[in-house]
Amino acid sequence: MNPMTFLVLAVLTVAAALTVVLHRNPVHSALGLVATLFLLAVQFLSLDAELIAALQVIVYAGAVVVLFLFVIMLLNLEVDVRAVGGPMLLATAGAATLALGAFLVAGLRRDVGGAAADLPVGFGRTATLAERLFTIYLLPFELASLLLLVAIVGAVALARRRI
Amino acid sequence: MVADAVIAAVEALFIILLMLQVVALGVFFERKVSAVVQDRVGANRAAIFGVAALGLVNTLIADPIKFLLKEDVRIAGADRLLHALAPWVALLPALIAFAVVPFGDVLEIGDRIVNLQAAELDIGILFVLATTSLGVYGVILGGWASNNRWSLLGAVRGSAQMISYEVAMGLALVGVVLSYNTLDLQEMARQQGALLWGWLPAWGILYQPLAFVIFFTAGIAESKRIPFDLPESESELVSGFFTEYSGAKHLMFMMTDFVEVALVAALVTTLFFGGWQVPYLYRDGFHFPWGSGIGLPSLVVTILQVTAFMLKVVCFTWLQTMIRWTLPRFRYDQLMRLGWQGLLPLALVNVLASAAIILVLRRP
Amino acid sequence: MGATPLSWYLALSAVLFTIGALGVLIRRNLIVIFMAIELMLNAVNLTFVTFSRNLGSMDGQVIVFFVIAVAAAEAAVGLAIILELFRVRATTNADEVTSLRW
Repeated sequence: MNPMTFLVLAVLTVAAALTVVLHRNPVHSALGLVATLFLLAVQFLSLDAELIAALQVIVYAGAVVVLFLFVIMLLNLEVDVRAVGGPMLLATAGAATLALGAFLVAGLRRDVGGAAADLPVGFGRTATLAERLFTIYLLPFELASLLLLVAIVGAVALARRRI
Repeated sequence: MVADAVIAAVEALFIILLMLQVVALGVFFERKVSAVVQDRVGANRAAIFGVAALGLVNTLIADPIKFLLKEDVRIAGADRLLHALAPWVALLPALIAFAVVPFGDVLEIGDRIVNLQAAELDIGILFVLATTSLGVYGVILGGWASNNRWSLLGAVRGSAQMISYEVAMGLALVGVVLSYNTLDLQEMARQQGALLWGWLPAWGILYQPLAFVIFFTAGIAESKRIPFDLPESESELVSGFFTEYSGAKHLMFMMTDFVEVALVAALVTTLFFGGWQVPYLYRDGFHFPWGSGIGLPSLVVTILQVTAFMLKVVCFTWLQTMIRWTLPRFRYDQLMRLGWQGLLPLALVNVLASAAIILVLRRP
Repeated sequence: MGATPLSWYLALSAVLFTIGALGVLIRRNLIVIFMAIELMLNAVNLTFVTFSRNLGSMDGQVIVFFVIAVAAAEAAVGLAIILELFRVRATTNADEVTSLRW
C-alpha cells in the first residue's frame, strides 16, 4: 500500500481511537469504535488478509458494537458527568501510559524486515484459512465453539428478567 | 493498472445506475401494484401538460421533487451530527453491496475480456453480509438521535430484528456456499450454466430450495418490509425510527428500503435462479440440447445476459411488492419467534442435510 | 512509491494499544472501559496480521480468527454483567461500585 494512503488511514484510525477514549458521550465513543474497527479492516485488506477483514466488519463492527449500543440505549446512559478520574488517577495513568509507550517504542526499534517477498499460494484466502482451521487447529476451533455456547448461555442467564 | 481502475469504476457506476432503475421501478410498483391489489387506480393526479403517464409523472417526478423541497426539520435537544449521519449510514452500505453482484458474464472489448462484476473479491458473499451488518447503524442512529421515544422504540425493535435475521440469512448462505464450493458470486452464476441430465439448467433453486425460502424471508425481514415492518409500522409508531426525518433525509431512508429490495432480488437471482444465465446460452451462442444451435456475436450474448439479469431482478422486486400488499404485519414477538425458533433451526437443518448429501454424492 | 514498511503498521498498533490502555485507566464509565479493552484487542489483531504478512504464514490470521471469536464472547458476557450490575446499583460509574455490599 502507498505510504501516503497508509499515513492518512493511520491518522484517521488514531483520531477515531482517541474519540473512543476521550469523548464524554458514550454513543459517540461507540461510533468512534465502529470507525476504528472499520479502518482497521481496511488495514487488514492492505495486508492481504481478506477473510479477516470481512470477519472484522461482520463480527466486530457489525455485531459487537451493536451490542454495546443496545446496552447504552437500554440503560439510557447520559453524557458522563464525571468522565475521567481525579488528578491522582490522571497522573498515575499518564505515567503508566508513558512507560508503556516507551516500552513499545523500544521494542519497535528492532528491524523486523519487510513483507515476505514470496507469499504462499492462496495467502489470506478463505480456503487456506479454513483448511488450517479444520486440520491443524481443529481442537481450538471446537473449543472456541464451546466457548461461544457457554457465553451465549451465560449472557442470557445473566441478562434475563427475573420476575 | 489505470485501465483496470477505469473499468472497475465504470462497472460500479453501471451496476448502481442499473439498480437505481430497479429502485425507481420498485417505487412505481409500490403505487400501481398496490392499487391493482386493492382494486383502485393509484396515484395519477400529477401531470405535465395533461400527460400523467399512468402515474409515472406522479411517482418518479413529482414525489422526489416534493421530498427534496420540503423543510429539513431541526429537532430540539437532539444530537445534530448523528441525526444528519444516520440516513447516509443506512443508504451507503446498501448501495455498496452491489459491487459484488455479477450482472453479466464477460464483455469482450477488443482483445480484453472484462468480467462484468464491479469487484472480484475472494470473499464475495461475505462482503454482502458485512455491508448489511453496517446498515443496522443507520436504524440505531436514526432512532437514538431523534430525541423521541417512538423513534427509540422503533430503532430498538428494528435493530434487534435486523441482527436476528442476519443470523438466519448467514446460515442459509452456508448451505448455498456448500453446494457451490465457492464464495464468489460470479463463480456461482457461472456454475449454474451447467445442465443436469443434459437438459435441465442447474439453477440453485434445484440444489437449495429450503435455503431459498429462508434467505428470501430473511432478506425481506432485513429490509424491514411488510410483513416485518413493525419497526416502521406506519399505523402504530408513526414512522418508527425515521419519524423525525423530513425532506431529503426521509427520501434517503425510503430509498434505502427500495435499494434493499433490489439487493435482495439481485442476490436471490444470482444465488438461486442463475443470475445472468439464459438457459442454453453460452458465450458463442445458443446450444440447444436437441442438437441445434444459433451462433451469436459475443456482444449480443452479453446484452442478452444483462437483460435476463434485469428481468429476473424486476420479477423478484414485483414478488416482494406483492408480498407486501398481501400479508398482514407480524406482531413483534411473532417476528422474533419466527427468526430465532423458526428460520434458525431450519437453516441449521439445511446445512446438515446439504453437507450430508454432498458427502454421500461426492464420495469417490 | 514503494509499499509501506511493516514497522509502520506495528507503530500504529502500538499507538492504538497505548490509547486503549489509557482509556482503561482514566475513564470511569464501565462501558467505555469495555470499549477501550476492545480497542486493545484490535491493536493486537493488527500486530498478528502484520507478522502473518511478514512471515508469510497463515497462522497469524488463524490466531486473529480466534481472538475475534473470544472477544465477541467476552463482550457479550461482560455487557450482561454490566446490565445486571446496573439493575442492582443503578450506576455504571466505576467509582461508585467499589465495595461488594451497599
